[in-house]
Amino acid sequence: MTAVAPSQPDMTPAAGMAALWEDAVLAAAATAVAPNALGGVALRACPGPVRDTWLEAWRDGLQPERPVRRIPLHIAESRLLGGLDLAATLRAGLPVSERGLLAECDGGFALLAMAERATRSTVAHLATALDRGELTLAREGVNGDVAARLALIALDEGQADDEALSPVLRDRLAFHLDLTPLSIRDLDASGFSADAIAEARARFPRVMVNDDALEAICATAAMLGIDSLRACQFALACARAVAALSDRELVEAGDLDAAARLVLAPRATRAPAAPPEENEEQEQPDEPPPEPEPPEDNPADDTSDDPENPDDDDRDSGAENDDDQPGQQPLEDRILEAATAAIPAALLASIESGLAQRSRGNSPAGRSGIQQRSKARGRPMGTMPGDPRSGARLSLIDTLRTAAPWQRLRRAEQDAEANAGGPGIIVRRSDFRVTRFRERTESTIIFAVDASGSAALHRLAEAKGAVELLLNDCYVRRDQVALIAFRGEVAEMLLPPTRSLVRAKRNLSALPGGGGTPLASAIDAAGELAVQIQRRGGTPSIVLLTDARANITRAGKPGRQQAFEEALAAAAIVRSCRVPTMVIDTSPRPHPNAAALASALDGRYLPLPHADAAMLRDSVQLASGR
Amino acid sequence: MALAYPFSAIVGQDDMKRALLIASVDQEVGGVLVFGDRGTGKSTAIRALAALMPKMDVVGGCPYNCAPGAERPGLCAQCRPGEDAGPEKVRSQPMPVVDLPLGATEDRVIGALDLERALRDGEKAFEPGLLARAHRGFLYIDEVNLLEDHIVDALLDVAASGENVVEREGLSIRHPARFVLVGSGNPEEGELRPQLLDRFGLSVDVATPTELRSRISIVRSRDEFDRDRAAFIKRFQRKEGKVRKQIQNARAHLEEVELPDSVVELAARLCIALGTDGLRGELTLIRAARALAALEGAKEVTSEHLQTVAPLVLRHRLRRDPLDEAGSGARITRAMEELFAA
Repeated sequence: MTAVAPSQPDMTPAAGMAALWEDAVLAAAATAVAPNALGGVALRACPGPVRDTWLEAWRDGLQPERPVRRIPLHIAESRLLGGLDLAATLRAGLPVSERGLLAECDGGFALLAMAERATRSTVAHLATALDRGELTLAREGVNGDVAARLALIALDEGQADDEALSPVLRDRLAFHLDLTPLSIRDLDASGFSADAIAEARARFPRVMVNDDALEAICATAAMLGIDSLRACQFALACARAVAALSDRELVEAGDLDAAARLVLAPRATRAPAAPPEENEEQEQPDEPPPEPEPPEDNPADDTSDDPENPDDDDRDSGAENDDDQPGQQPLEDRILEAATAAIPAALLASIESGLAQRSRGNSPAGRSGIQQRSKARGRPMGTMPGDPRSGARLSLIDTLRTAAPWQRLRRAEQDAEANAGGPGIIVRRSDFRVTRFRERTESTIIFAVDASGSAALHRLAEAKGAVELLLNDCYVRRDQVALIAFRGEVAEMLLPPTRSLVRAKRNLSALPGGGGTPLASAIDAAGELAVQIQRRGGTPSIVLLTDARANITRAGKPGRQQAFEEALAAAAIVRSCRVPTMVIDTSPRPHPNAAALASALDGRYLPLPHADAAMLRDSVQLASGR
Repeated sequence: MALAYPFSAIVGQDDMKRALLIASVDQEVGGVLVFGDRGTGKSTAIRALAALMPKMDVVGGCPYNCAPGAERPGLCAQCRPGEDAGPEKVRSQPMPVVDLPLGATEDRVIGALDLERALRDGEKAFEPGLLARAHRGFLYIDEVNLLEDHIVDALLDVAASGENVVEREGLSIRHPARFVLVGSGNPEEGELRPQLLDRFGLSVDVATPTELRSRISIVRSRDEFDRDRAAFIKRFQRKEGKVRKQIQNARAHLEEVELPDSVVELAARLCIALGTDGLRGELTLIRAARALAALEGAKEVTSEHLQTVAPLVLRHRLRRDPLDEAGSGARITRAMEELFAA
């Protein structure tokens, strides 16, 4: 992603970087001012000096007495939430519980390392703590509510777009910072002193927001296609924190700009209806902004002159600004502009091509689930007697439970043998219980659908119908599906592996037809995905629906001969990965190319000259042996 | 416990509020499932409900919340009238709203050997789990679609039988566990197992309001709440009292609400028209309509009541095309239009 400078899209790259850093530091300070109102920061950056500098800046603003705990990636649930303290329990001969890490963070911060790979359960517990400020526990040794009012810094070290912090957590963190474009040379020593932050922290509860500002934030969020109302609340809190940092007790337009840049822009799912510079009233067809407020020409100062009177309707806060923007805009236009300018260019581009919703929404269903399963050990499913030395995992709790009823008897025995003073609990080998895991490899069917002009003409609708029917089966079997479409010059991941059929269906029906047949790219994409899934411990299979009339090369150039040769080469690579594959020939008459492709893939070949969707489904089921 | 956002201060989301109120009036309706996007106030509403629950009588000293004077099958072994059945002690406690947190261990959910007593006294005692605590109240599962499979299995079994049977660690215990299951989740994060879906009597889809005015008022009241929780709650004290009273009255008069045959017939015809399986849909439909009538203080159930609750009751019961997004709601509306127009 390219960073774009706040509010001035045409500034030089260096100035853009400086502005990006300035905003990052501002977010750090705001988080230190109002941690609980803001939830925290999703910080995307590689480990390195840039991130360290940011963390230092953030840490400098914290109250030293407040806890900051680091949550390692593979933290056990028992440590996160608390539970029976085994060492102490064994020593005392009585259950002793220990506090979990989340409870230890109460009143302070949690730092989540490698947040993009956090397990689903870690994510869920953090989300609960962020939502409620407390946790309800029901575990060995702990029962009831414990306070865990914390804010979170999620260190997202993801490199590719498919590795990102879970949206469950992202939604609950005010700031989404991306420091990857920054290098250490872009950083300057700017920042806020600890004293300034402490003052701002004390001032924060008194900072008022007038109704216009609140409405402007909501309207801007609506125009940027931000559904979650948390975003509005965070923007509000951010504006107040920024105002508090500037020694004010009333939120002004500049604070709202900052909130729009820092909170709203990274969440945008669509570009505003029209470039905000060009029109005064960009009305959404379905959600008109509130009645356009006539900007008044009052001198800008009178807002700050009367901070005592926050409830009175100062309409001119929109006109108040210290930079070079035109002072005539209604407030939400101005905020919208600030937000739009701060939307990273790459994101904006993908929003415009309608991709954003997909790529942003993609992680929840598939990814977290897979990661959990990628621990090849699988899910715990009860315990059984066994010897922990054979590589099995000892389940201490259950071992204790087994040993417990015998304690009195054994102690009596021990006393009889006159070697009293042994350990608190007498555990024998027969008490050992080991955890059983269920290894569950999940099958994922990757559909690569040819949506090119030649295919679209004949069979696209049928292919779509078949995929829908197959999706239905996947739902019943709880398999995952992924969808790759290829047309024009590229193969495109319409749907990363997911179980959410609603999304699959939506993406499928939105798939247009037409254009060339970039078959090689499609096979590449499907193969890559299959390998990824294998690496995570899943079982992929590929279903390729095409007429095999490749005419676009990998480089995106037309050329029938070369395109098909490349496709065969790509097929050979996929073949080497031993992914079960099936080629469904969708041309009106079976085409030798498709058969050749199938044999290059070492896959099944199904010519389906006159199939309807149901027949197609049946064949796939038959062929995949279900 | 942190102060909860008042139920009556929730802006909009009428379906969700109605479903929760119905379930708190008549527990036999069988649970509420709230599905929707992140940040739509699902958990807020459910936690707010806890504050509104009326008190209930419980046999003193019973760990399973047994009701005094209940029929035999609904009592735990301890409370079953034996030979020494003297006058029971009764205590009053708020109806429980028990959280089943994600990551709860199986032994805490269904109950297990009391480790402390076992270690200290060598005694084999049963430590009741969440299911016992939720008896006669609510069991709330946030992110219900992310629940571990083995916990779901345990829940399904208990929810179907109304009784928790524990056979583990040399214990052999059974105790009543009837509770209203309330689940919430985000469908984008995973589907719900069909068996579990079927356990819910009512289902609600919530969405973030798109209308700007209501968005603004939600953000505003949330902001006011966050600034000064105590004052905010105080402002809504009277409204909360009214809702509490409404629930109490409805519960008291539930059995008196008349159910005309015409309404029963309408319910049956609606279910036939929609092709719902089994009788459960019809029964739930009638119960929910009756609870709604009681909430509104009506003397008898009318077809309006039926129409209001029908989408809540039937939406998730239609033979579902899992790929169909908005279909079931529309089908219910269409069927109702045809029926009720006639």
